[in-house]
Amino acid sequence: MNEDYIISDNSKQLIDDVVKKFPNNQSRSAIIESLLILQHENNGFITKKIMKALAIYLTVHEIDIYEVATFYTMINVHPVGKNTIAVCNNVSCMLRGSDEILSHIEKKLNIKVGQSTKDNCFYLKDEIECLAACNGGPMMQVNHKNYENLTIDKVDKILESIK
Amino acid sequence: MNPKLCTETYNHSHPASIETYLSLGGYDAWKNILQNKMPRSKIIEKIKDSGLRGKGGAGFLTGLKWSFIPLIEGQKYLVCNSDESEPGTCKDRDILRYNPHSIIEGMLIACYAIGASVGYNYLRGEFMDQQWKVFNEALKEAYKFKLIGNNIISSNINIDIYALIGAGAYIVGEETAMLESIEGKRGMPRIKPPFPAIKGLYGKPTIINNTETLASIPKIMLNEDGWYKNLGLNKSEGMKIFCMSGHINKPGNFEIPLGTPFADLLKSAGGISNNRKIKAVIPGGSSVPVVKGEDMMRINMDYESIASAGSMLGSGGVIVMDDSTCMVSVLHRISRFYYAESCGQCTPCREGTGWLYKILSNILSGKASLNDLEQLNRIAFQIEGHCICALGDAAAMPVRSFLKNFWSEFEYYVDKKESMVS
Repeated sequence: MNEDYIISDNSKQLIDDVVKKFPNNQSRSAIIESLLILQHENNGFITKKIMKALAIYLTVHEIDIYEVATFYTMINVHPVGKNTIAVCNNVSCMLRGSDEILSHIEKKLNIKVGQSTKDNCFYLKDEIECLAACNGGPMMQVNHKNYENLTIDKVDKILESIK
Repeated sequence: MNPKLCTETYNHSHPASIETYLSLGGYDAWKNILQNKMPRSKIIEKIKDSGLRGKGGAGFLTGLKWSFIPLIEGQKYLVCNSDESEPGTCKDRDILRYNPHSIIEGMLIACYAIGASVGYNYLRGEFMDQQWKVFNEALKEAYKFKLIGNNIISSNINIDIYALIGAGAYIVGEETAMLESIEGKRGMPRIKPPFPAIKGLYGKPTIINNTETLASIPKIMLNEDGWYKNLGLNKSEGMKIFCMSGHINKPGNFEIPLGTPFADLLKSAGGISNNRKIKAVIPGGSSVPVVKGEDMMRINMDYESIASAGSMLGSGGVIVMDDSTCMVSVLHRISRFYYAESCGQCTPCREGTGWLYKILSNILSGKASLNDLEQLNRIAFQIEGHCICALGDAAAMPVRSFLKNFWSEFEYYVDKKESMVS
């Protein structure tokens, strides 16, 4: 259980490409994109062991990684369901019925915002604010892909196609 | 027909491809600058004279901002702010996916003008599925056509442009928070001065411009002096994309001359849906004061006119509300946003946004008194102007304007414990 996390060769290569975007000795700049890469590799969430491995790989302090991982809402620091659903419910979407969409999904999946389904298939993400698709509201992202002008019917079809 | 600066490619079958962009005169402005070895100062003067203002929200003159860059040699940076996340705003997402080359060309010209050899385009994390892929593909194309990189078109000019991705934080749209984020830190705004033009990314002189601003540059450079300025109507200068959302028939992005009457814009967006009446409009993203519908119908979409109605043009995110809208619920939602997105650095904002949200939640659940309405105003007043960045102000302004314009509705809710409209 105490084994260190090993970053895959594929992810190492991707992280190397990120580091190249920045001046020499600024590998700290690569933390955000690297965390997104490693999160993708690790079923959608980051562990402390991953943070440690990345800190060693980028030669930065572990605390630098921890700060970033806990500040940005797209980095999950707890296990989450396989497919992430993010329903925008800021003003523009709210005016067009996003609250009904969100409560329909909660009921359908039998979870609340911030929870994952028992079968671990879906994670209904919390801290979702405006997703910059205001003229397509109500809208949601499933695994970062936009679905706009939602209706209850449309939502059912999208979720069933993923199950 | 209005000319199109940022949206010209949108209706083409392959809008994002370099072939489409080139066929419409794309990169001509950039090639022209390189071939004629145009002096930097001439570009800055031209942008200054055009009256182009920053389109992310603050509306600062772009050419003037560029002129703050010190003339001394040394590393400088350009940053394009594609961290679009002001509620009601969805213009940059379309430029990024339908006209990415206008952004790249604008960034190249800006880099040249300020003497930067590196430009970063910072996209919000939630754009990773579409805009991120399209923009990176466009960058590859531009490198393939040798419009970026080393010794561009044998000019001895070297400019590299990279795309960067965020991971979910509204505050990173604030320009100094963006610099912190690019440096791999939490997105917490810096104290100004020093301004980024003097001490920015990695401590070097840096200019940060919004996506729409940079995408407007190529056409301005390509046309004669005074062209852009004269596109505006009713004494206004230039163009702007307005994002129409809310209770309207045809939500969408409209690139129109500044100074266009709001009534005309509303008509373009299909008018109010379900044959209802207009009640209120947030004209520039959720951070700006709300305006009563009848006042909105009398004004034009430009900086001065919207200011005369007590609000701001902001980012151009126009949220339209009909007479079925509960203003208490809308303000509650807006307050939740600023509470969630406050970075926590300054006490008035960190604590104040929480209290605003808490009191508004109490109103909705019937647990508030009239004294709480006064308390909302007091808290807003105590946040305003007391923080490092404008997020605190952005949380306070909606509260004050909603209470001022719709006081009776808030009073009704507190008294009757239910909404006046439902």
